[in-house]
Amino acid sequence: MMASSTSEVRLVIDGKRMDGRGPEDLRQLRIEAGVLHEADGSAFVEWGGNKIICGVYGPRECIPRFLASPYRALVKCRYMMSPFASLEEHSRSGPSRRSTELSKVIREVFENLVIAEKFPNTQIDIYIDVLQADGGTRTASITAAAVALANAGIPMKDMVSAVAVGKADGQLLVDLGKAEDNFGQSDTPVAFASRSKDILLIQMDGMLTRDEMARVLDMAERAEGKIHAVQADSLKRHYEEAGEKKFLM
Amino acid sequence: MSDELKDMVMSRIKKDVMLGTLAKGTRYDGRQLDEFRPISVQKGALKSADGSALACIGGTKVLASVKFDVATPFADRPTEGVLITNSELLPLASPSFEPGPPDENSVEFARIVDRAVRSAECVDLKSLFIKEGKVISLFLDLYVLDHTGNFIDAGTLAASAALSDAKFPKVEGDKIVRGEYVGPLNPRALPISTTLVKIGKTWLVDPTREEEMVQDCRITIATTESHVCAIQKGKGSLTKQELLDNIDIAFKRGSEIRAML
Repeated sequence: MMASSTSEVRLVIDGKRMDGRGPEDLRQLRIEAGVLHEADGSAFVEWGGNKIICGVYGPRECIPRFLASPYRALVKCRYMMSPFASLEEHSRSGPSRRSTELSKVIREVFENLVIAEKFPNTQIDIYIDVLQADGGTRTASITAAAVALANAGIPMKDMVSAVAVGKADGQLLVDLGKAEDNFGQSDTPVAFASRSKDILLIQMDGMLTRDEMARVLDMAERAEGKIHAVQADSLKRHYEEAGEKKFLM
Repeated sequence: MSDELKDMVMSRIKKDVMLGTLAKGTRYDGRQLDEFRPISVQKGALKSADGSALACIGGTKVLASVKFDVATPFADRPTEGVLITNSELLPLASPSFEPGPPDENSVEFARIVDRAVRSAECVDLKSLFIKEGKVISLFLDLYVLDHTGNFIDAGTLAASAALSDAKFPKVEGDKIVRGEYVGPLNPRALPISTTLVKIGKTWLVDPTREEEMVQDCRITIATTESHVCAIQKGKGSLTKQELLDNIDIAFKRGSEIRAML
């Protein structure tokens, strides 16, 4: 949370950010599809300093069975931050209030996309593990999970890309890194469906005017075109290049 | 999951009536689309808390309590007090609430209110500093007592009211003197949230439990006088224009409700 703004820290100097990016530039983004043997679909995303792995299982038998719907597959999502993911001390393992909330909002993204009516009485599991965190893990997770679901061959109405637009040093900036996030005055993660341009996730904290909110949405939409291209490329490459996938290194 | 089950057993006739009236631009309870149910706020509902309020929106009742304690500050914010927001969806409030640890709806509820209060900088956390390694912690507890729909907005309202009711505790050494105060807490802003749901093609504010059951999308927007201070989308999807239109509605309803505090 970034409530009290630390305005002494300069994050933008002469239109350049600490890492040399312009306001709308993304950090380096690399996606590898199909990195796991056992999962039905998977993806590894390196985005700035984020390292996130996503595995998808299903459609498979719904457990517990009394939750199964005769009309559709249940989409389930578990977002977890590893205790070694940050530069600070080893954190507590297991679910936190934050991860509970993120699991919910990420699931609600994919409930809009997966054509669940095709698979009654089943569940589709999306497992997301953040191995290294550098700001923007929820948006990177959504971006990864979209590729993993496509890689699993699960039919979807659309693809989704996500990015956060923040306000730091008085300026709106796309794809905040950890340092910018910590000293920022606002953070708005947004996920857009790639074709319909529907908003599938939006959260916001900090203080923004209505006019700033409109600009945030425009900047996010522009950035997500670029992210979608990287996602599409990762899927194409997966089918072009057969053999063992290398990731993490 | 209980939502899922309730969806299945909701009477089809009731649903059809609801959709039929919405198509004509009104609601089955006679309200306008952008109209809240009657709202009442009772500050100082509890003597035991340092600040409290009971907020009612229609039949939905949320009790908020503010209580101070002494804590160790977070390592990365050594000069700031600690704000902790917790919520309880009490089993007596709804057949769909169950005893046990907070589920995702409860966690989401607490985190939305927390974000609104924190972002609006209602409380100057620096004013809660005592001395190195000791700060005042502010516990904001939200108890949903009766749920006939839209407990999120009732919770934000109760939180703002409880903060404006709260008194700043007297501190001696590094202990709080219980029951003695140095003055009002005087929150710097009072965030108000407006929750809208989309049913079919229609957006409406302050959904009842029945309207929540058939919603296609939910969005909560918290505002201060001049700024948006928190947004959270629930299920479903919406367009950019729909979001901006809903922000305009949230500002309007927000300033009306804030005037009641």
